[in-house]
Amino acid sequence: MSNFSKAFSSTLGKKLIMGLTGLFLSLFLVVHLIGNLQLFKDDGGKAFNEYSFFMTHFTPIKIVSYLLYASIILHAVYALILTTANKKARPVGYAVTKGEANSTWSSRNMGILGTILLIFIVVHMSNFWAQYHWGKLPYARYEMNLNDATDVQVTELPFDGKHLVHSQYVDTQKGTEVVVAKDLYKIVSESFKQWWYVVLYVVSMIAMGFHLYHGFQSGFQTLGFDHSKYKPLIDFLGLWVFSIIIPAIFAAMPLYFFFLK
Amino acid sequence: MILDSKIPEGPLAEKWSKHKFNLKLVNPANKRKYTVIVIGTGLAGASAAASLAELGYNVKAFCFQDSPRRAHSIAAQGGVNAAKNYRNDGDSVYRLFYDTIKGGDYRAREANVYRLAEVSVDIIDQCVAQGVPFAREYGGLLDNRSFGGAQVSRTFYARGQTGQQLLLGAYSALNRQINEGKVKMYNRHEMLDIVKVDGKAQGVITRNLITGEIESHAGHAVLLCTGGYGNVFYLSTNAMGSNTTAIWRAHKKGAFFGNPCYTQIHPTCIPVSGDHQSKLTLMSESLRNDGRVWVPKTREMAEKVRKGQLKAADIKEEDRDYFLERKYPSFGNLVPRDVASRNAKEAFDDGRGVGSSGKAVYLDFADAIKRLGKHAVEAKYGNLFDMYYQITDENPYEMPMRIYPAVHYTMGGLWVDYNLQTTVPGLYALGECNFSDHGANRLGASALMQGLADGYFVIPYTLGDYLATIGPKPVDDKHPAFAEAKKGVEETVNKLLALNGTKTVDEYHRELGNIMWEYCGMARNEAGLTKAIGLIQELKADFWKNAKVLGVNEEFNMSLEKAHRVIDFIELGELMVRDALNRAESCGGHFREESQTEEGEAKRNDDEFAYVAAWEYKGDNVPQELHKEHLVYENVKLTQRSYK
Amino acid sequence: MNLTLKVWRQKNANDKGGFVTYKADSISQDMSFLEMLDVVNEGLTKKGEDPIHFDHDCREGICGMCSLYINGRPHGPKRAITTCQLHMRSFKDGETITIEPWRATAFPVIKDLAVDRSAFDRIQQAGGYVSVNTGGIPDANEIPIPKTIADEAFNSATCIQCGACVAACKNASASLFVSAKISQLALLPQGQPERYRRVQAMVAQMDAEGFGSCTNTGACEIECPKEISLTNINRMRRDYFNAKFFKEEEID
Repeated sequence: MSNFSKAFSSTLGKKLIMGLTGLFLSLFLVVHLIGNLQLFKDDGGKAFNEYSFFMTHFTPIKIVSYLLYASIILHAVYALILTTANKKARPVGYAVTKGEANSTWSSRNMGILGTILLIFIVVHMSNFWAQYHWGKLPYARYEMNLNDATDVQVTELPFDGKHLVHSQYVDTQKGTEVVVAKDLYKIVSESFKQWWYVVLYVVSMIAMGFHLYHGFQSGFQTLGFDHSKYKPLIDFLGLWVFSIIIPAIFAAMPLYFFFLK
Repeated sequence: MILDSKIPEGPLAEKWSKHKFNLKLVNPANKRKYTVIVIGTGLAGASAAASLAELGYNVKAFCFQDSPRRAHSIAAQGGVNAAKNYRNDGDSVYRLFYDTIKGGDYRAREANVYRLAEVSVDIIDQCVAQGVPFAREYGGLLDNRSFGGAQVSRTFYARGQTGQQLLLGAYSALNRQINEGKVKMYNRHEMLDIVKVDGKAQGVITRNLITGEIESHAGHAVLLCTGGYGNVFYLSTNAMGSNTTAIWRAHKKGAFFGNPCYTQIHPTCIPVSGDHQSKLTLMSESLRNDGRVWVPKTREMAEKVRKGQLKAADIKEEDRDYFLERKYPSFGNLVPRDVASRNAKEAFDDGRGVGSSGKAVYLDFADAIKRLGKHAVEAKYGNLFDMYYQITDENPYEMPMRIYPAVHYTMGGLWVDYNLQTTVPGLYALGECNFSDHGANRLGASALMQGLADGYFVIPYTLGDYLATIGPKPVDDKHPAFAEAKKGVEETVNKLLALNGTKTVDEYHRELGNIMWEYCGMARNEAGLTKAIGLIQELKADFWKNAKVLGVNEEFNMSLEKAHRVIDFIELGELMVRDALNRAESCGGHFREESQTEEGEAKRNDDEFAYVAAWEYKGDNVPQELHKEHLVYENVKLTQRSYK
Repeated sequence: MNLTLKVWRQKNANDKGGFVTYKADSISQDMSFLEMLDVVNEGLTKKGEDPIHFDHDCREGICGMCSLYINGRPHGPKRAITTCQLHMRSFKDGETITIEPWRATAFPVIKDLAVDRSAFDRIQQAGGYVSVNTGGIPDANEIPIPKTIADEAFNSATCIQCGACVAACKNASASLFVSAKISQLALLPQGQPERYRRVQAMVAQMDAEGFGSCTNTGACEIECPKEISLTNINRMRRDYFNAKFFKEEEID
C-alpha cells in the first residue's frame, strides 16, 4: 500500500475525508445561500432563474458541482463506514450512560442528524436539481425595461419539449432586455406552498444547525487545526454563522413562500 | 558462612571505576545466548531489563500488575537527588555520599553509598535523554529544589509526580526492547519461587494470575526488583499489591535477609478514618516547610476536640503545644522524618491526639497564610490541599490539616554484596527490595535515585561478570529442580485453597498490621517485641486453621493471590520483630526505648551494633540465624545526630 | 449510609455475564469507593461467595490501575479524579449505583469489572519511546528546553493510562491516550529524530487494536482524571498527516 492509501485507510485518514468533505459542504452552503437569496427578490424569479442557469452552465462551477456531489456521497459513505467501525469498537454497550455529563447532544447524534440531512438532500435534489436537469420545466420570458429595472413583464411559457431554449438579448427598439429561462422559481414557489414540504425543510434546517454546531468546529479539529488564538473564532463562526444564521435563512425561504406569497 | 561484601580495595572515589575494570566482560556474540529473568518492573526492574536487553541479553520480565507502568515507583512524589551541583551551592558527589551515610545514621556501606552518589549524575542525563519532562527554569535549564532538609538544592523533580515520570522513562526504554524482541514481558504474573540448580539461581516459578497456570521459566540469572514490604503493616503508603512474596520465597531458598526491621515512617500522611481504611495517602514532606505542627496542651482539651465539642481554630495560642518547635528549636518543624513521626506518636500516646480517632496531630497553615497570603500558599501547596480536601472533606485553608505517620519505605531487604548479588549465586536484588544503600534511614528523594542507579548503571556491569564466569551453557526448565519447585508451589496453592475457616485473609492481614504497628513501629522495647513474636506465631497457626480462601487455582482468584502474600507477610513480620529485638539500639528510623539519651532522644550504639544483620533461613517455624557484616568506616567520622 | 449496588459479574472472558444486585449497608461517608467495595467483598467472602473482582493498586490516583464505569461515567461522577479517589460522600443514602467494566473491543473483560488494557502497552511498544541506550548520554543541561514547551510536554505526560478516555468515548476511541503519549515526545527536542516514525507506528497500532475513531465529542477530556486536553489529539493529527503526506519516512 502506498503511504497515501495507508493514510486514508487509517481512522485518522477516514476522518480526514469526513472533515474535508464536511468543510467543503459547509463552504458550499454559503454560496448556495447567497444564490438562493435571489428568491426573496420580487422580480417574478428572473434573478433566481438566471442564477440557476449560470450555476448549471458555467464550466468552472460545473466542475465544482461534481466535487460537491462527490463530497456528499463520500461524506455519507464514510460516515457509514466509520459508524460501523465505531459500533464494532464497542459491541457490548453500557447499561447506564450519562453522555450529557461530558459532551454536547449534537456531538453524540451526528449520525441521526446526518441521516435526516441525507434524506432531505435526496428529496431536495430530486425535486429541484433533477427536475431542472431532466424534468419538463416550463420557461418564463422576462422583459425588463432598460430604463427602469423594476418594470419587468413576465410571461409564462409552458413546457413544449422542442423550441424553448435559454436565451438573452436586448431589444434596442423597445428598449428592453429579454430573458427566456427555465422557470425553476415557479417550481420552488409551488413546492413551498405545500405544508409538509415546509415542515420537512424547517425540520431539516434545524437538524443542519445542530449538525454544524458540532460539525463545523469538529471538521477543523479533524484536520488537526487547533490554535488557542483562532479556535474561539472558529467556534464563534460555527455557532453563529453555521448553526444559527445560515439554517435560519434557509428555513425562512419555505416559510416566506408559504405565508407571504 | 562468612558474608563477603566484595567491596573493592583502594580509595573510596576510585573503587567503582577500578571494580568496573576488573569485572569480566561477556563477549558480544555470546550475550544473546544468555537469558536473564527480571521480577518486577518498577524503576529498578524496568531500567535493568531495558539496559540488559540493550546490551544483547535476552530478558524475561514479570510484573503482577496489568502493565509494567503501574509498579509502585509511580507514586513517588518528591524528586530524585543527583550531585550535579547545577546550583553552584557546594554540592558534590562526596557531599551527597556524606549526607546519605549520615542520614542513614551510619548503618550503610561507604562503598555502596559512594557509588550511588557517583552514578546519580548519569541518571539525570539518562532520564532527560529519554524525554522525562523534569521541571525547568525560564532559561530552559533544569530546575532544582532543596528537599527533606538538605542544605543544597540537588533534587530534580517533575511537579508532584517525579516517580511516574521517571518510571515512564524506564518503561519506554523497556517498551523499545519489547518491540525489538529482546524483552519478553509477562504481565499479571506473580513469582512464587526461585529455582536453584547446583546452588545457583537458574529460574523461577510463576503463577499466571488470570489463568492460574503455574509456569517454569529458566534463565542464567534472576533479578529481584520487587520493591518494599511496608504492607506488612497492613496500612502503609504502599500500593495494595506491593508484597514481599518474591524476596521472601528467595529468602527461604537461601538468600539472607538484611536489616529487616529498618522501616521508614513518614510523618505527613492523611489520618485513618476508620476500620475500613485500606491504605494511607502521603502528602509531600514539603508541607512542613510552612506548616506548624501542634496538639492541644492538655488531655482534657484534646478530648473535647475529639468529641467535636471544640474546634481547632478556637483553641487559644497559649493552649497549643507546638511540640517540635518547643523540643527542637533549631530545626523546629523541619526535623527529620523519624523524629517528627516519633514525637507525633508520643503526643497521641499521651492522649493529646486530635481527630475522631485521636490518632493525628495538627499541621497548621494559619500563620503561613497570614504571612504569605492565601494566594502564595495556594501556589505552593494547592494540589496537596486539594488532595487533602478530597479525602477528608475538610478545607485546610480554614482549619488545620490533621496528619498521621505512616509506613512509607523499608530500608531492609535481601542482603546483597557490592555486586548486588544475594547470598544465592545468580540471584540479585535491586532497588528497595535490597538492603543496601540507605542504612537505617533513607533521605528524601533518594529512593528513586537508588532504584535507577542499580538498574541502569550497576547491574549491567556486575551481572556481566557473573554471566562470564558461569559461561553461556544453555539453561533448561526441564531440569528436575523446576519440577520440584513447581510441585512445592502447587502444594502451597492446594493447602491454601483447602482452607475453609471463618476469617478472611484480609482480617489476618489487618491483625498482623496491628501487631507490627503496635510493637515494631516507631518506638520499640524488648517486652513488646518479645510479646509480638508470640502473637505473630499464634496468628500464623490460626491462619492455617481458620482462614478462608475461596475458589480454585485455574481462575482469576483475588482471594488466593492475597493469601499467598499474607502468609509471607506473617513470616516476615516475625523476622522483623526478631531483628528489632536483636538491635538493642536506637538508630535512624528505629527508636529502641531502652536506648535513649537523658533527654529522651535516640541513642545509637556503634560499639555493639555497627553491623548489618543478615538473617539466614533455617526452616519452617525455626528462628533464622543471625550473621553479621561489620561496617567499616574509613572516610567518615561517626557522630550522633542532633536537631536541638 | 445504605446503598444498592448493581454490579456487572462475569466469570471470565468467555462467560456472558450479567448484573447482580447487592446491598451495601452501613457504609461510611469517609470510605473511598473502593473501600466500600472492599467491605462488600469481605461480606461476600464470609458467605463463601466469590468476591467482586476489580483492578486497583496504588489507591492514590497515579498508577492508573483502577477503572469502573459508575452510574454512567468512568471513575464516577466527580471530575479530575480516579475511582480510588472517589469518596462515598459523593453519593446519597439509599442510592442505587450501577457499576460496569470499561466497555471496548480492545479492552476485553477478564473477570467482573477487570478488563485487559494491554492494548495500551502494545501501542507504546510500537514506538512510544526515544531510542537511546543506557549510558553515553550528554549532560542533561546540554539541551535547553523552553519552560512553556517543557510544561506542555509535562501536561501530556501526566496521563496515567487508565483508559477512562476509551470508556467515556461513544466510539471507544483511544485517541486521547495515544495522542498524549505522542505529544509528549513530539514537543520535546529529544523526541524529534523519531517524531514522524513514531506517530505513524503508534497510530497504526492503535487502529490494529480495534479502537474506534475520534469524532471530537470531547467526552474523553472531561472524564480524564488527569485533565489531558483535546489539543493533544489535534497535534497527533497534524503530525500524522504531515508524516504521511509530506515526509519521506515510511514505515511498514
